[in-house]
This record gives sequence, C-alpha cells and structure tokens, in this order.
Amino acid sequence: MSIWEYANPVKFMRTSGAILPWIGAGAAVCTVTGLAWGFLTPDDYRQGSTVKIVFLHVPAAMMAINIWVMMLAASLIWLIRRHHVSALAAKAAAPIGAVMTLIGLITGAVWGQPMWGTWWEWDPRLTSFLILLLFYIGYIALWSAVEDPDSAADLTAVLCLVGSVFALLSRYAVLFWNQGLHQGASLSVQSGERMSAVYRYPLYLTMLGFGLLFLALMLVRTRTEIRRRRLAALQARELRA
Amino acid sequence: MIALLRRDLRLAVRAGGGFGLGVAFFLILCSLVPFGVGPDSGALQPIAPGILWLGALLACLLSLDRIFALDHEDGSLDLLATSPLPLEGAVAIKALAHWITTGLPLIVAAPLFGILLHLPAGAIPSLLVSLLVGTPALSMLGAFGAAVTVGLRRGGLLLSLLVLPLYIPTLIFGTEMIRRGQQGGDAATPLLFLAGITAGVLAVIPFAAAAALRVNLR
Repeated sequence: MSIWEYANPVKFMRTSGAILPWIGAGAAVCTVTGLAWGFLTPDDYRQGSTVKIVFLHVPAAMMAINIWVMMLAASLIWLIRRHHVSALAAKAAAPIGAVMTLIGLITGAVWGQPMWGTWWEWDPRLTSFLILLLFYIGYIALWSAVEDPDSAADLTAVLCLVGSVFALLSRYAVLFWNQGLHQGASLSVQSGERMSAVYRYPLYLTMLGFGLLFLALMLVRTRTEIRRRRLAALQARELRA
Repeated sequence: MIALLRRDLRLAVRAGGGFGLGVAFFLILCSLVPFGVGPDSGALQPIAPGILWLGALLACLLSLDRIFALDHEDGSLDLLATSPLPLEGAVAIKALAHWITTGLPLIVAAPLFGILLHLPAGAIPSLLVSLLVGTPALSMLGAFGAAVTVGLRRGGLLLSLLVLPLYIPTLIFGTEMIRRGQQGGDAATPLLFLAGITAGVLAVIPFAAAAALRVNLR
C-alpha cells in the first residue's frame, strides 16, 4: 500500500469516486458553516463589518499559494516518474488556483477601498499575488495551446519549475522595490495568534473548508480529464478499426 | 560552437531587418513616450529609467521567436539536436547570438535615448552597466520561452505571456539601479542582485530550454 498505487488510473478512479462525496460534503459543511459563523461575528471596533471579508480573503489567498506548490509537486512527479494522473492533476488544479488568486485579489480590493482608501496599491504582497496570477494564466494558456497531451504535460511541467523559481524571486524582488501597506501575518506558528478568538475559530473552519473544496474540485476535474483521455483513446481506436 | 555562433550572427545580419529592428523599435518607443506624458523634463526624468528598461525588454521580446522558429521550419534544429554539440550548449550559443544582435546594439544606443528622455548625465554609467549586466538574462529567458513555444502555430502571443513575468525581477533591479544612479544613491546593491539573477539564469535556464526543445522535437 503506497501512494504510487494511485498512479494507476483505474485504481485512482475507483478510490477517488468513493471518497469524493465525503470530501465534497465536508467542504460544503465547513465552508458554509464557517462563512455563516463568520458573518454572525460581532463587528470589529475599528474595521466595522468589513472585517468579515477575512473569512473569504485569507483561505483563498492561502489556497492560491498551496495550489501552486501542489502543481509543482505534481509536475515533479510527472517529470521523474511519468505518472499520467499526476500531470492531469496539475492541469486540473491550475484553473482552481487562478480563481483562488482572483478571489484573494478581489476581496482584498473590496476590503482595501474602505480601509486603505484605495482599491489597489502596489504593495509587495498585492503585487506578488498579481504576478502569481500572471504565472497561472501563462500555465493554463500553455496547456491549451499544445495539442499533443504528453508534450503539453512536459512543457507545462518545465514551465511550472521555472515559474516557481521566478515567482519566489519576484516575491522577494518586490520587497526591494516598494514598502508594504499590507499588514503582516495575523496567524503564525512562531509568534502565536494576534487575532481575537471570536474571528479565529470561524477562520480556521473556512480555511479547512477551502482546503477540502480544492481537494473535491481537483478530484472532479482530474476524473474529467481521465475520462476525456479515455474517450480520445476510444475514438482513436475506432478510427483505426 | 563558434561556427554556430558565426552562422547565427551572419543570418541575423544578412537576412534583412532582424538586426537593426530592435534599436529602431526602441527609438520609436522613446520618441512616443513624450507625446504620451508631455515634453516637460520634470515629467520625463523620473520615468526615464523605467521607460528605458521597458523599451529594452520589449525590443528584446520582438525578436525572440526568431531564435528557434526559422531553424525549426527548415529542419536545421533537428540537425543541431543530433549533432555532437550538446543541445544545452546550442541553446546558450543561440541566446548569445540573440544578445549580440539585439542586446548589444541597444546598450550602445541607450545613452542617446537616455538624453532624449532627459536622463541626467550622472545616471548614464549606471544605465549602461545595468543594461550590460541585465540584458543577457533577458536573452536567455527569452530563449527558454522560444524553446517552449517553438512548435506552436500561435506561439507569438503565448511567448510574451510566458516570458514577460519572468522578466520582472530583472526589470525591478535594473530600474532601481538607474534610479539610484540618478539620485546619487548606492547602486551596488541592485547591481549585485541583477548580476546574481543573470548568473543564475545563465547557469540553469539552458537546461530547462534544452529540455523543452527535446520535447518539441520529439
């Protein structure tokens, strides 16, 4: 029993089909409960009701970065061990990551308008998220531009590796370029929580919910990709017969 | 390798247009900017470093698809891939040829364009040094983008979408260096960052570009 068993598409389809309803239900319960709980929290004494955007903003931003890391891992597995499921999972995850990045940027803008007095500021965190969005767009565009599926998987995997290095490099280069307006981390392992428990627990719940939501969406999209691949194989066989 | 370099340079000079086009584009860009923001030197001077670097970036981008596309069409890229020269070396040489034909003319012409944009004379050395150190990274990253998109029909637009985000760190440190030269600040820190990026790119990207080329030649 090892994770590599799921490189077999049949095994992957069977297991993912069995656990998908549970993950989907968990995602729905956590996200809906967390958001509803977050919506019913009292207003912050300085930020007023705008503080509630945090329950969308933080989980989306967190997932935007985590999804890129997951794509990097999947690309490496594809390049090293040539497991097709891994390449398809990376392909399936990219649009979800792009949407998460977009949610992070938009909710940030909606919050920034009343709080900072501006929709957009060239702050290092905001800027590096915009750059991350560009990398997502380039990655998705490359997937859709290359016709041969194996070449597309190879090229996007190489792009993901190079892009990861440069996304990280840009993250620190923009620190050099402009000083920040965005606040530092409110939750961190080293310095402990700097956030009231009233907001913290619903936030944990939505973070868990967004993680499960990504997992469910990713599995659905990967299963679709595998089915699409099977369909193409069947059509090719029919043409040859 | 030297033979390949000389062949690429000769092709770029003789095959009409490729050689001076980058500089001409740079000139047009620098002369259009004052129409957009006004001829006032107070308005031009602060944005001059950014415009100069953006111009270099876009001029470099214009000729990127030529790095591999023509050789891919007539099949000489397949010959290169099967030759005893490692493909990584061929990629590096082709990026070098691209830099000599577009980067170097830009650097030579840059002081002139700096004057057009009212860049003070004190900032000219930092402009030259930043371009000299930064543009090799642009050519090398461009070669990577060109290698990824070489077999595609609508590669041009995709190429710029893939390559431009990779140029961000170079752009940041390049303009910062000129800005510090302009204001008499310490230009060594951005210069070191810029040189570090270029050195890292030159060391690693040939392998990524060669891997992408192998996939496209499969």
